[in-house]
Amino acid sequence: MTDKSILVDLYTRTLKIRLFEEKVWELFGQNLVPGTLHLYLGQEAVAAGVTAALSQSDLIQSTHRGHGHVIAKGADMSAALAELLGKRTGSCKGKGGSMHITQFDVGVLGATGVVASGLPIAVGAALSCQMRKTNQVVACFFGDGASNNGTFGESLNMSAIWRLPVIWVVENNLYAMGTPIKLMCPSLTIAQRADGYCIPNVVVDGMNALAVYEAAVVAVDRARRGEGPTLIECQTYRMKGHSRFDAAKYRPKEEADYWLSKDAVETIKKIAVEQAALSEKEADKIRKTLQKEVDAAAEFAIKSEQPQPDEVFDDVYAEVS
Amino acid sequence: MTEMTYRDALRAGLREEMLRDNRVFLLGEDIGRNWGGAFSVTKGLAEEFGDDRVRDTPISENTIVGAAVGAAITGLLPVAEIMFGDLIALAMDQVCNQAAKMRYMFGGQTSVPLVVRTVFGGGKNIASHHSQSLEAWFMHTPGLKVAVPAFASDVKGLIKAAIRDPNPVMFFEHKLVYDKKEEVPDGDYVIPLGEAKVRREGTDVTVWGTFMMVHKALAVAQELAKEGISVEVIDPRTLVPLDKKTLIDSVKKTGRLVLVTEETKTGATTAEVAAVVQEEAFDWLDAPIKRVNAPDTPVPFAPSLENRFIPDEKRITEAIREVLK
Repeated sequence: MTDKSILVDLYTRTLKIRLFEEKVWELFGQNLVPGTLHLYLGQEAVAAGVTAALSQSDLIQSTHRGHGHVIAKGADMSAALAELLGKRTGSCKGKGGSMHITQFDVGVLGATGVVASGLPIAVGAALSCQMRKTNQVVACFFGDGASNNGTFGESLNMSAIWRLPVIWVVENNLYAMGTPIKLMCPSLTIAQRADGYCIPNVVVDGMNALAVYEAAVVAVDRARRGEGPTLIECQTYRMKGHSRFDAAKYRPKEEADYWLSKDAVETIKKIAVEQAALSEKEADKIRKTLQKEVDAAAEFAIKSEQPQPDEVFDDVYAEVS
Repeated sequence: MTEMTYRDALRAGLREEMLRDNRVFLLGEDIGRNWGGAFSVTKGLAEEFGDDRVRDTPISENTIVGAAVGAAITGLLPVAEIMFGDLIALAMDQVCNQAAKMRYMFGGQTSVPLVVRTVFGGGKNIASHHSQSLEAWFMHTPGLKVAVPAFASDVKGLIKAAIRDPNPVMFFEHKLVYDKKEEVPDGDYVIPLGEAKVRREGTDVTVWGTFMMVHKALAVAQELAKEGISVEVIDPRTLVPLDKKTLIDSVKKTGRLVLVTEETKTGATTAEVAAVVQEEAFDWLDAPIKRVNAPDTPVPFAPSLENRFIPDEKRITEAIREVLK
């Protein structure tokens, strides 16, 4: 029997990402989002499960598909939406947008547009936590595609030799853009690659926030005890295509039907209701509250101004004190 | 003042900063107690500060710099060493996409106080993968600062400034300057990044250059003085920020400019500096600006070829004579 408050927390985090992303999709449809988008819709259970196992002072490193990670870690939704709309009130003052959505004060160390470039940064952050003896843990999210990049091997190796407090979270959504993972990776799972670095690893159902959470708790405990990194492969699926103009027609219908039936929000809600942590009425109340927050954030973002053109010069360098 | 080598002055600067601030730590390949770095710059520091703060890494350049980025944004002051400048190509993502852009693309939420040390230049007959001069790549990347100290008296003050700077600083050394000796000021002194030094005053022609070319230009200036030719030699010491004022003031005084670096010519830092002078001091020029660089080839191995590749005193002298015609 799982702690009831955890189930409510997991449901809330999962649903919050879902509602946020649905709002982003709606604003995108209204042509209010410049550039491109990599929606997190479908993969909510991963960010929800991992962040629920972390404490507030712990750190995360995100990816180009980062909205879900930062929202789950507690980022201000108004600043996040304003950033996606390219407004000066955005968390990056309109300099980053979707692929760089980041909020340092809740422990998000960055979202990156370069696949696999976050792993080395997570190594350094974890090394810093270890050297400063802060007892913090760093969770680093990356996709199946990133596991084919050289930094994957470099970073796993470095984290293992130094027993760093880092959790490697692979979001295996089966596609790197439109390329199926099975054509690009010879091993059955990505997790088994961690064996080569003597890093404990596990494969979990990435549509089930509770399963992700339980694996993450084990990894966080191990990291805090000074026993080093863990790799968690979360098998998950995107509800939408890779980015703005991708209808994901390359995915076989049977495959998509199977995965999309494993809805992350419905899954955790069902578990929470079955374990009597949540009633339908309470679930509905949480949804209404979150929806109001998301609507207010959207209103704030839409009303906010774009940066003044001369703000292009700001923040290239920090002042020398 | 104490006479010491560039290598010892650099090590002294690193050591003083490590003593001053326990957030400073070094990481890189073979920098620890077994070797003390390929050029012995960090020799003895692991024994003094421990293996945690002078940290040997696997051969993983991109992750060495990335780890420095991660440490820098979470409260430490890392100094990463890349054994040879050519190998920084392996770390270009972390240098140019992450360290350089992070403050900007995150809207000022963080700064990245890291130093990346590496060594450039030829003259040791170690061919194309250990001899290039790549300063221009980094001068062209907004968000980075670029230091190019050529003298023992500068390197200590500049490494201290680089470590204390809240921005990513690319700190470039040259293999042939490590053994050069000079009087170095004692104690804690910091040379601000962005201040050039007039190494020799003159009135007929300005020579601006980096690393070994400053040393060669000074030798040439001494020779030409015997003929009554007065050469002013400027060592920029940092390329970003670039001290335009010292250069422009000098050009306004002499009316003639020779730019000399060991880089291959096309797109070199000398091209940028020539353009700056053309934009800001064209009316004061009495002759076209002359550039002395390496030819546009990879660095060759055989001594006869490498000697032809690297600009020498003869070519610098010829260029000076040409602008004085």
